[in-house]
Amino acid sequence: MKPTNIQDPNYFHKVVDCQWACPAHTPVPEYIRLIAQERYTEAYMLNWDSNVFPGILGRTCDRPCEPACRRVRTEEKPVAICRLKRVAADHKGDIRPYMPRVPTAKNGKRIALLGAGPASLAVARDLLPLGYEVHLFEKDPAGGGMMRSQIPAFRLPADVLEEEVDLILDMGVECHFGHEITSMKAMLEMDFDAYFVGTGAPRGRDLKLPGREEVDEHISIGIDWLSSVAFGHTDSIAGNVIVMGGGNTAMDCCRTSKRLGADSVTVVVRSAFEVMKASDWEKEDAMSEGIPIINNRPPKEFVHENGKLTGVVFGCVKPVKGDDGRLRYEPSGEDDVFLPADHILMAIGQENHCPWIERDAGIQFDKWDCPVLDEVTLQSTHPKVFFGGDSAFGPENIIWASAHAHQAAISIHLFCQGQDLKADRPPEGVNLISTKMGIHEWSYDSEHDPAVRYLVPHADKRQALGNIKIEVELGFDKRLGAKEAQRCLNCDVQTVFTDRLCIECDACVDICPMDCISFTENGDEAELRQRLMAPAVNGDQDLYVSGNLPTNRVMVKDEDVCLHCGLCAERCPTNAWDMQRSVVHIPQLGSYAQ
Amino acid sequence: MTFVVKPRIRHPQLPVNDLGLTRRDYEGAVSTLCAGCGHDSVSAAIVAACAELSLPPHRFAKISGIGCSSKTPSYFLNNSHGFNSVHGRMPSVATGANLANRSLYCVGVSGDGDSASIGLGQFAHIVRRRINMVYIVDNNGTYGLTKGQFSATNDRGSTSKKGVPNLYEPIDLVSMALQIGAGFVARSFSGDKKQLVPLIKAALAHPGMAFLDVISPCVAFNNHNGSTKSFDYVRGHSERLMEADFVAPSEEITADYDPGTTENVRLPDGSILRLSKVARDFDVHDRIGALEYVQRSQERGEVATGLLYVDPDAADCHDILGTVETPLNALTEADLCPGEAALERLNESFR
Repeated sequence: MKPTNIQDPNYFHKVVDCQWACPAHTPVPEYIRLIAQERYTEAYMLNWDSNVFPGILGRTCDRPCEPACRRVRTEEKPVAICRLKRVAADHKGDIRPYMPRVPTAKNGKRIALLGAGPASLAVARDLLPLGYEVHLFEKDPAGGGMMRSQIPAFRLPADVLEEEVDLILDMGVECHFGHEITSMKAMLEMDFDAYFVGTGAPRGRDLKLPGREEVDEHISIGIDWLSSVAFGHTDSIAGNVIVMGGGNTAMDCCRTSKRLGADSVTVVVRSAFEVMKASDWEKEDAMSEGIPIINNRPPKEFVHENGKLTGVVFGCVKPVKGDDGRLRYEPSGEDDVFLPADHILMAIGQENHCPWIERDAGIQFDKWDCPVLDEVTLQSTHPKVFFGGDSAFGPENIIWASAHAHQAAISIHLFCQGQDLKADRPPEGVNLISTKMGIHEWSYDSEHDPAVRYLVPHADKRQALGNIKIEVELGFDKRLGAKEAQRCLNCDVQTVFTDRLCIECDACVDICPMDCISFTENGDEAELRQRLMAPAVNGDQDLYVSGNLPTNRVMVKDEDVCLHCGLCAERCPTNAWDMQRSVVHIPQLGSYAQ
Repeated sequence: MTFVVKPRIRHPQLPVNDLGLTRRDYEGAVSTLCAGCGHDSVSAAIVAACAELSLPPHRFAKISGIGCSSKTPSYFLNNSHGFNSVHGRMPSVATGANLANRSLYCVGVSGDGDSASIGLGQFAHIVRRRINMVYIVDNNGTYGLTKGQFSATNDRGSTSKKGVPNLYEPIDLVSMALQIGAGFVARSFSGDKKQLVPLIKAALAHPGMAFLDVISPCVAFNNHNGSTKSFDYVRGHSERLMEADFVAPSEEITADYDPGTTENVRLPDGSILRLSKVARDFDVHDRIGALEYVQRSQERGEVATGLLYVDPDAADCHDILGTVETPLNALTEADLCPGEAALERLNESFR
């Protein structure tokens, strides 16, 4: 293998599994260290810079970082990254002094943001400090988009939502609430310098089955129903409720129904439990509230008497694993089942849907009715129009909306300044800073903490189920937060090897607790992986290979289960190993603001 | 030295041996030697050898004297017996331990100061008595613990860290061991585990005195340009006599080998030490030849490494003395005091 190029920003970035997995590339280990030092405000601001909504995400994020956490591979449970983010938000001090300054003299460019969800808000945050005049158009009476309308208050209290939404609106966004957009052409005629479409995926899927038309008034589309609960138009639901679907919306629907007075709530899913779209913790929370989840039951028919819904007939299937590892479903041979129901909440997916964009407005759509976009710049085929969030590539989540927003904001800025959207894009970079402070002294807490993941306290169940506004998860207090923070392996403190300093004494090989380091003859990757100190079986994780050493061998380090404990550097007599903190520079519009 | 303890967590796919133990289960306490010390590599090689042979750690007696080398038994085989004895007196204690309980694996670790200076007499006599043990000398040619004076194995002309040359002839423990009766003599290098680990395995399988001189550089005081025991010097002047490979009795011999350059040394327990690419004019069974070879290569400034001499049928002290098979510490009162009739018979035999 060729020597690893550690100048490549992606090499060490990839070692920081959580940050690599985060769409917005939040520097997770860095903010966890700040939490451990009780520097909550700094931890919050570091989050705010990259993901814009730390308090909201600390409660509702899909957490792609957690399954990626190295701790899953070295032990079992990941660091509770999301809950630590909430610790930073809950305990932060006054952040106003750290907010970017917005110039009073504008730069003369006017930008329209369509929809007031996370994507548009994040774009506004990025553009305002550069002097842009930002106009926000939203059909609802308040900002927040799906964060307000689809996430129930027992998961995301209104004050947390409002604080972070207002933080951005107060930077000087021109808000046009209650303004439903009905025509893109009309918008384009208003002659803004650029448009950002962040209208989400507002159409919940429906299911055309026998009886559907007749029982229309007893069936609600999940996200619409949640929205009417959020805005206070619905405050009760009666009788037996069936929630159809297996995603997070289904979990929110069933738990909301339980709180609004349903006699019984049942979730019915057509697929198997393991492949349900809902996050594990959301499934667990629903089940712990006594809501049954019935799997492998595709619906067949809505049964009604004189226009009144009485229940649903479900077929029975069983999952079979195909050769490609995917599950297929075959009839299980059991008889169809009838479940009585007075109300059905349909949560079987959503679509981005822009009927208000005329198809001759200059914006091309593909065969799935998604806008044709450049994946990097998020520019549509109409040069002035950019997309982000769920309206760009279909339903994702809030953290993706933040990530899209940063890219779209850069594109909009380059576009308005007449620069090339690709050639002039600021590059990524990486800085390496030694953490060595002296003999046996490192500027991070290098010791491995064997503690298992700490559980988060919950509100009293009886109280929580009686009031939709009572938040279920109470979050870590400072003490638990500090303990959980110690579980972080500091994967951003990199093991950096300088081959010309190495005397091949083997000290690092002998001390490495995870047998990550080998000195051996070079070879091609597949073969090399077989003959290291411990087999390097995880092909997703890179091998760090040095240049040739005096004995004609190379140093090979398997990054897979490295604890970043620093013992290799601690035992190295010549400083050939050093522990260096990598700071990955992900460009944001803030990088331009001076 | 470091006080940062190696965490107990291990690689999830680390191989498990026949006893259900991983290499990590054979480690000891955290080493307080200097970072990069060759001795730590020797300890790691002992750990690897014992783990790969699936030997039970609690059946080991680790014995040492005084010095950096003699601290190392704390750093391997945590769950075994140990005795850190007086300076240069490791051989006496090892002799006693082996006589009392011949069923234990006896590993003595000593240094060039401990064995070639204060303990030279002890060294000579334990080798002469052929105690069944593995005698390892961590040889760095310097008194590291007292900040770098020349030791008795330091080559004449080799310099101190400040450039002062050594005026005296070195003692070569390998030559002495060959002369006075060791049945297994090898020299290796702490920076060459590929060779060292199989040699330690073979030494453990050898029934009798197995002597291993391991050049183990002192990174703090004797790893400079004027030294003949530095990493660079040993790597540059190493004359590897052979590649060694240890095959345990349970393992199958699969790889092809060329009888011209490969030799299988059968050890009494059924294991085999396979030596390949053996230097053309070298015979591991020729004691006098080995002695000459070692002296000649030394004259050229080379360090001959590998197995230098082996006699798999060499008697050990218990054979020489004709002691019982049962370890002496396991003999019961009835065995030791067989009664008046037995005494009578014994007395009769002398009349």
